[in-house]
Amino acid sequence: MSFPWANQYQPTNPFMRWMDEKLPLPRFVYNAVGAGYPVPRNLNYWWNFGVLAGFCLMIQIVTGIILAMHYAPNALVAFDSTEHIMRDVNWGWMMRYAHANGASAFFVVVYIHIFRGFLFSSYKAPREMIWLLGVVIFLLMMATAFMGYVLPWGQMSFWGAKVITGLFGAIPLVGEPLQIWLLGGFAPDNAALNRFFSLHFLLPFVILGVVILHIWALHIPGSSNPTGVEVKQESDTVPFHPYYTAKDGFGLAAFLVIYTAFVFFMPNALGHPDNYIPANPLSTPAHIVPEWYFWPFYAILRAFTFDFFFVPAKLLGVLAMFAAILVWFFLPWLDNSPVRSSRYRPLMRKFWWFGFVPAMAALFYLGGAPAEEPYVMFSQLASAYYFAHFLIILPIVSMIEKTKPLPNSITEAVLAKNGAAAAE
Amino acid sequence: MVRLIGILVGIFFSGWLLVTLAVGFFTWASEPKVETAEHVFHKHPKALHLASDGPFGHFDLQQVQRGYKVYKEVCSACHSLRHVAFRDLEQLGYTEAQVKAEAATWMVPGIDPVTGEDTMRPGLPTDYFPKPYPNDVAARAANNNAIPPDLSLMAKARHDGAAYVYSLLTGYQEQPAALLEEFPEAKTPDGLHYNPYFANLNLAMAPPLSDGQVDFDDGSPNDLDALGHDVAAFLVWTAEPTLTKRNATGWPVVLFLVFLTVLAYLAYRNVWRNKEH
Repeated sequence: MSFPWANQYQPTNPFMRWMDEKLPLPRFVYNAVGAGYPVPRNLNYWWNFGVLAGFCLMIQIVTGIILAMHYAPNALVAFDSTEHIMRDVNWGWMMRYAHANGASAFFVVVYIHIFRGFLFSSYKAPREMIWLLGVVIFLLMMATAFMGYVLPWGQMSFWGAKVITGLFGAIPLVGEPLQIWLLGGFAPDNAALNRFFSLHFLLPFVILGVVILHIWALHIPGSSNPTGVEVKQESDTVPFHPYYTAKDGFGLAAFLVIYTAFVFFMPNALGHPDNYIPANPLSTPAHIVPEWYFWPFYAILRAFTFDFFFVPAKLLGVLAMFAAILVWFFLPWLDNSPVRSSRYRPLMRKFWWFGFVPAMAALFYLGGAPAEEPYVMFSQLASAYYFAHFLIILPIVSMIEKTKPLPNSITEAVLAKNGAAAAE
Repeated sequence: MVRLIGILVGIFFSGWLLVTLAVGFFTWASEPKVETAEHVFHKHPKALHLASDGPFGHFDLQQVQRGYKVYKEVCSACHSLRHVAFRDLEQLGYTEAQVKAEAATWMVPGIDPVTGEDTMRPGLPTDYFPKPYPNDVAARAANNNAIPPDLSLMAKARHDGAAYVYSLLTGYQEQPAALLEEFPEAKTPDGLHYNPYFANLNLAMAPPLSDGQVDFDDGSPNDLDALGHDVAAFLVWTAEPTLTKRNATGWPVVLFLVFLTVLAYLAYRNVWRNKEH
């Protein structure tokens, strides 16, 4: 679907006309990300991160395929083949650092992209399907990243794999057989490493498929925007090209400056030193921690330290950790407000910025901290807020909040903002 | 309905966490704090400045060569360097002929070309540095039940890698009297050595370096502190031989991208110049 005022693709070049009859790929591009796709004119920088996430996926696929040409997924040589890439493969060090930091960059932009969704209620009708697909992408990313981290077969690879697959062991009755089935053995070994490599190669393409669905679903209603008011007229929109290709180009270049600075100047800043020690099943690291992008959920997992009657604490933690993400699936229905943008939801806006953001920042820190007091108590407080925020505060505030009046249209909001700025 | 179920689930998770927190806080506040010697007396690594630090980092080849000499004469008796080959020494400024000669001063495992029996032969540039022990059992037997770790990646495999190496090598001392007073049971056992930079304070490795232990042809300082610096610099190189190239590649890339960002910003402003947004 598009808006009735969208530019029409009219090739003048005879070759392009011929092409349009045989395979209308240029028409498709024109209508998807070209001048034929009208987009709200008021998108701010929060809206840059979807494109950046797509670009990160491309970085990961390209660098990953090259790394796979030199890597050997066998427990005996995996660590050494990684070092072979770092030392002997031409530009291998760059590919590996680009891939490892690319994973971090992917999560950074996706976390910002998701937070944009929270702040502007991008999950609300008519965009529920885009949101649901987005959460699926996030889950797939987590699985892919987890398995990728196992491949260098360092100490954190091994023990991370052991701890994370051990979570399935917490499930009553079937837990232990399930864990053994997932690993292909009693502990991570060759079977696990091989299947993780296989799946780590497969899943990015599954992600790519879901990304295509995500963008397809996006093109049905079109992008949301900072006012949360739907597009009503032609003056509310601009053609994607050149307006947003230019803005995304700027965002992409700025992103690449930061990303390459990490790759070339501090490539190990986000990694854990223990992963440069070869995996050793007989030596447990002092503190087993996953990669930084899992820390909030790891903190929630470890916050549960008491059994709830017959439910063991470990199982509770596992349930809570999965629930922390699964709750996002229900956001479109938990949030009952008729208004989307937090600009016009003064109370909810305060909860997002002064409740959710500090709690999330704390969880990010605490997930990487040792499982000792007082860290555990702070994890419990922050996790309690996390669940209360989505499951109690959001539904209740969305029903009782007195929202600010919405502008009649995007154009009116834009002109009012610029008029006010001009009058000052 | 979704909201009602959601609120109930939320009350369950948040409520149980708060109950846990309350009980945990009470326990934490009422129980006496138990300190351990490792917690109180463990020290963070000393500050170390090497030419390889930071985005302008590069190898001080003279220093890395000195570090190699210390490795060869001291460390290699117990520690392997299995990711490094003799051919890599060319990166330290040695010529091909020098590397060939240097490799030949090491004995590496080989096969007798006539009888096929295991034998030792002089190293070739394509060989990797030989292991000092045939296997872990032998390594343990010779080292008070501790395996001397491989050093190739040591500068990346510890927090503050190079500074840790330097601090550990130069940080051996008598066990402080205050420690023995406070934690009498933490007395360093026989055969171990007290070092506050090691995580559990007691280390199987005896102090490996001392003042003047290795002599340098050019008369560079060879007190303990200087030797510690040189070994740290050498291990930064073994852990990441591509460091200089990485930084040298990074600058053109990042500066080009900064320039591209400026251009992209101007293009963005130009495209949007007549469109209020």
